[in-house]
Amino acid sequence: MIVVTGDDTVEKPSLLRLFLTFMKIGAFTFGGGYAMIPVFEREFVKRYGYIEEDEFANILAMVQSLPGVIAINFAVFIGLRLRGLKGALATSIGVALPSFVIIIVIATFFFQYIDNPVVAAIFSGVRISVVALIFTAGVKLFKQNLHLQGTFLAALTFALVFSVGVHPFFVILMMGTFGYLIFATNEVKKHDIA
Amino acid sequence: MILLSLFFTFMLIGMVSFGGGYAMLPLFERMIVEQHGWLSRSLFIDMIALSQITPGPIAINSATFIGFQIASVAGAAFATVGVVFVPFFLVGIVSKYSERFKESKVVEGIFKGLRPALVGMIFSSVASIATDALIDIYAYFIFGFLLVLLWKFKMHPILVIVISGVIGFIVYY
Repeated sequence: MIVVTGDDTVEKPSLLRLFLTFMKIGAFTFGGGYAMIPVFEREFVKRYGYIEEDEFANILAMVQSLPGVIAINFAVFIGLRLRGLKGALATSIGVALPSFVIIIVIATFFFQYIDNPVVAAIFSGVRISVVALIFTAGVKLFKQNLHLQGTFLAALTFALVFSVGVHPFFVILMMGTFGYLIFATNEVKKHDIA
Repeated sequence: MILLSLFFTFMLIGMVSFGGGYAMLPLFERMIVEQHGWLSRSLFIDMIALSQITPGPIAINSATFIGFQIASVAGAAFATVGVVFVPFFLVGIVSKYSERFKESKVVEGIFKGLRPALVGMIFSSVASIATDALIDIYAYFIFGFLLVLLWKFKMHPILVIVISGVIGFIVYY
């Protein structure tokens, strides 16, 4: 199961070291999984040299093509590479643990104070920023898919999920299948002709 | 059997979570708010804000928050393990066959369909959340102002959330 790659002269980190490094990243990186990627790179490629630069890019491409939480997928991948299954458990638990504890602490207080008029007013404002943040993320991603097909598929998804009310689970499966049928089989046909 | 229900619901969400936290919000909303009624829509929006101002991945923060709200610490644990359950094994499998996976035309094709779909998902989330968050004419002005802070001044999201809280206090208290 353990795939040893990278520079073999570099000593592999202990399970505790893996756990603590990922816990540190989980505790201090704000803004979700994408914000963690440069931190992973700094720690594992540049600081300790456990993983080489090209391999890091490969891992990144792969974890983004899998479902799930990007930071966790990354942690599992690196853990497996360096220390097998135990490594994967150490890294994934490490990276998730700070969120888990912090959210439980916050949720405990949040539900006590949410009916307080001051807190309610503050959150009326905060909810507006949530719309602004998600809208901004959507616009950024939209700009990367500015071709005709992309715009059509995006509009179709919006219509199905928001206007028609189809379950997002099925829309995702449908769009993936659609992409496979249209794009992947096209590639094969072109290849056959050539 | 609320714990199993939490685990199973979050496992389904984890299975089809592509492209980071935001793209999955419609799925969260449909299953958590509409199907199970575990969270009201406004609490759901508050939860997204809390996930943003605390460290860690949005999906983990959300799973922990919702699980905790429904069934305390055990609920938080079942929901969180659920969301990472299937991807954990998939990463294991893919890491063994990484070369073949990387060059797979099938994966490439699937993503040509999925990527634009994620854009549609994010905007559907915006439209749905906006109906609960943009409650009056002031809210639309505040929304415009926050976009200026984000786009023109490239302000950090956490700072924007804090500013919106201050404005909310001034306008709505």
